Amino acid sequence: MPDPILSIRDLTVEFKTEDGVVQAVTDVTYDLQPGEVLGIVGESGSGKSVSMLTIMGLSPQATIPKGEAFFKGEDLLKLPPKRLREIRGGDMAMIFQDPMTSLNPVLTVGDQISEAVMTHNPDMSKGGARDRTVELLQIVGVPFAERRVDQYPHEFSGGMRQRAMIAMSIANNPSVLVADEPTTALDVTIQAQIVEVLKKAREETHAAIVLITHDLGLIAELADRVVVMYAGRVVELSDVFTIFNEPRHPYTVGLMNSLARVDMEQEWLQPIPGQPPSMIAPPPGCAFHPRCSFSNGRLVCRTDVPALRQIGDSALHVSRCHFAEELEQAHVVAGAAALEEA
Amino acid sequence: MLTYIIRRLLYSAVVLVLASFLVFFFVTATGDPLAGLRISPNVSKITVQNVIDRKHLDDPIIKRYGYWAQDAFTNQFGSTLLDNRPILPDLWRVMKNTLQLVLIAQLLVIIMAVAIGVVSAIRQYSVFDHTMTTFSFLGLATPVFWLALMAQVGVVQIFERTGHRLFPIANLSAVDPGTGLDFWIDRAHHLTLPVLVLTVAGIAGYSRYMRAAMLEVINSDYVRTARAKGLSERRVTVKHALRNALIPLVTLVALDFGTILGGAVVTETVFSLDGMGLYFVNALFNNDPYPVMAWLMIVAVMIVVFNLVADIAYGLLDPRVRYD
Amino acid sequence: MTDRIPAGDQSPQDLESVLIASDTAGLPASAHGQMGSLALPEEPPGPAGSPEQAMVSPQDLALSQQQGLEPTARSQWAYARLRFFRHRMAVLSLLVLIAIGFVAIFAKQIAPYEFDELDLDNITSGPTFADKHLFGTDLLGRDYLSRVIFGLRTSLWVAFFVAILSTTIGTTVGALAGYYGGIVDNLLMRFTDLILTLPGLAVLLTAAAFFGAGDPLKVGLILALLFWTSLARIVRGVFLSLREKEYIEAAKASGASDARIILRHMLPNSLGPIIVNTTLVVAAAILVEAALSFLGFGIQPPNPALGSLIATGQAEGTDLWWLVTFPGLVIVVIALAINFIGDGLRDALDPTQRRVRA
Repeated sequence: MPDPILSIRDLTVEFKTEDGVVQAVTDVTYDLQPGEVLGIVGESGSGKSVSMLTIMGLSPQATIPKGEAFFKGEDLLKLPPKRLREIRGGDMAMIFQDPMTSLNPVLTVGDQISEAVMTHNPDMSKGGARDRTVELLQIVGVPFAERRVDQYPHEFSGGMRQRAMIAMSIANNPSVLVADEPTTALDVTIQAQIVEVLKKAREETHAAIVLITHDLGLIAELADRVVVMYAGRVVELSDVFTIFNEPRHPYTVGLMNSLARVDMEQEWLQPIPGQPPSMIAPPPGCAFHPRCSFSNGRLVCRTDVPALRQIGDSALHVSRCHFAEELEQAHVVAGAAALEEA
Repeated sequence: MLTYIIRRLLYSAVVLVLASFLVFFFVTATGDPLAGLRISPNVSKITVQNVIDRKHLDDPIIKRYGYWAQDAFTNQFGSTLLDNRPILPDLWRVMKNTLQLVLIAQLLVIIMAVAIGVVSAIRQYSVFDHTMTTFSFLGLATPVFWLALMAQVGVVQIFERTGHRLFPIANLSAVDPGTGLDFWIDRAHHLTLPVLVLTVAGIAGYSRYMRAAMLEVINSDYVRTARAKGLSERRVTVKHALRNALIPLVTLVALDFGTILGGAVVTETVFSLDGMGLYFVNALFNNDPYPVMAWLMIVAVMIVVFNLVADIAYGLLDPRVRYD
Repeated sequence: MTDRIPAGDQSPQDLESVLIASDTAGLPASAHGQMGSLALPEEPPGPAGSPEQAMVSPQDLALSQQQGLEPTARSQWAYARLRFFRHRMAVLSLLVLIAIGFVAIFAKQIAPYEFDELDLDNITSGPTFADKHLFGTDLLGRDYLSRVIFGLRTSLWVAFFVAILSTTIGTTVGALAGYYGGIVDNLLMRFTDLILTLPGLAVLLTAAAFFGAGDPLKVGLILALLFWTSLARIVRGVFLSLREKEYIEAAKASGASDARIILRHMLPNSLGPIIVNTTLVVAAAILVEAALSFLGFGIQPPNPALGSLIATGQAEGTDLWWLVTFPGLVIVVIALAINFIGDGLRDALDPTQRRVRA
């Protein structure tokens, strides 16, 4: 396997708040292979965005007691701000959730995209940047790009704004594109379009994409591998098929079971009972145990944080559960049932 | 945009006419300006009758309104009640003086408040921020007239103890200020304390506002996007944050004219400056409704104009706002 | 300013709101996106042939409660109180204000001298501990501390009177304008605009001059007649936004009368901004009343009031500096305290506003 383009090791991030220190993420470890789409799923508060925001230097209030994040050989967490700025927006770019508020309302869209171009290409002229901007808008599918370039964000529809944001992020041919909930704020029909735009962006730049979302449908469609996060920790990591069909962590199992399926008869939807834990005073032991239907109150679940262990032979599937192997039996049944009905 | 302006002007004209009704009836309805005279034994009945005739005080109120309105446009807003002085020339003179004071002070206020607000926001919760916030709170709790008095007291006390005369504490100019540059230097000298007082009072309010506006912008999503693009912190602050935070300030300053004038009123009174404020207060003391009404109307016009300017400026600066 | 929608990242405020909001939600935050969950039913999952879906045992739930996972439910007001008391300056100011109020109420007992008691042996003496003339004496030998104490009593009650009166008027006008909208709103707002066309202080001065001021009650009335506009604006704004809420529609649909809707549903929900604004009006009223009295159009001597004290003292003020300094300092302290309290209240009652804290 080639070297990963992004390599995060044992990343721990904290925030000091009035109520105490919040452990946003703990011991997060994963790799990003060049050109792949890595999905990161979790609930709100699971820490899925924090790790990426922090390593890109966009979390000024964060404290990083430990961890490393290697991007093409450089540890982002140790870089001087100037160097980090060169990478940010250039070789590593980010798309945010709400395009309505993520664009500066008093500047034209073209101005903002050109800004991204010129910041990382200081020798480029204004005219050259503008041409490139029009080109980018055309790539992402904004019609009448030459005219649109001089318009303001409020003159764009929601879907177009997100296209513009994507254009801004691929402006400098990044190697890594981080998409933080790119479709959550959009209508369903527009979501489908944006998915296409993301695919196109990937074709154009051959970038690896980190897809942060809580939308499992999006993951199913785009992701190659999936990281499942809960309460600030990675609880499972594998390729997308395994995650959907053979999950080995109770939380992942719960997620998959709670999906509304059109291919199966279901009388009740099955949510995961309980609430996500407090991030200031997390419960001892496994963070998921109060809601875990497999734990059955076993002591070790309540006292020891499970380690992230390999499942089966390869290191490609890991899970943070003391009893991951037991899940094999449990889930095969449901998976088979799902496949039978399909 | 043009249709909008025309519409606003028409609307403002209506408002001003209504305001003029309000002013006139309010002021005339509240008492007989000649009451003091009538009782006074030194004033003959004939004099009183003369005044009544001159000012048509026996006519029905609507007619009197008509006379007044006519005077406003054609006859320099009429003349004062008793000594028949034309009002407008005096009013212009004092307006100019007040404008000097207010414009200088306001300019200083804006420059400093923006600077303080921006730095406070960028270095939120720092020592600077806390200090400035404390000053702001103090400034907002301090009556302007008292601040003016304290300035005077301070200067006098220093003089008494050290013989050092820091600044003049009254009047616009010395008795013999000279001409040309000398005149203006003397004027500047005299205006120093009043400007200082108004500036301190103004900064207190505006810097808080600027800080709040800047903080909101700094924490906005689009500033985060700007940072995500890899822009330098300075660029993010100036081109994205400050630019957006300043826009409403324009409106705020324009709309704040009434308050600014209020501050000028008390300051001029304390420092005996020959400006609009003192003019107004004196007219009130003299129970003379005519300069009072003239003053109110002129100020109303100014406020209306400022409002319109504020709205137009906002429309020009913020592309989301489109008038048609 | 543009709205902000947190993008699911972990800024501390978002987490804070998760902590606090969990007593309203009953369900896990949606992990299923658009393709997944619809309304998740409260009832436990049925048998439906899913063997691995064992029920979460009661022990687990009890456990989660022990570990503080089940957030303790608190009422809105309890939260507000908590937030207020986190504000050091606000709490300190509250204590100061209570102390001052105490002095004002028991003025007669606390003041060392009568308000107009002459002490001819000691005229125009500076502040000294002798004879308890802590604030000095004036030209007629009257003890200044006592005068200031009586003065602050008058100023305080006038300010509160103004606040209450203007709040009442303003809330009524604002409520009517906001609730009925349309023509009523238009008219009322145009009227307010008209009043605002004229500069505040000038109007007050004119009113005072021509209506004749002098006694505190009249002054209070005049001030209230100007201060109501700010509250009207705010209440109108709140009502306009509340009007669209579904529970109002529900109330209307069930036949509630307008009065009932306004009084029972909308007004309680507007209390936050109303309270904050009223507090700030008190401070503003003190300052404006002082200015009016100083200029001679407010409360006039011999009625004690801080502004008129300063006015009287102004003549000799540059030499007998204590005559103008002390009353002013008292005004500053009171206004400062009230402003801090107002700030604390704003934080306590309106945390969604993300107020930048003092």
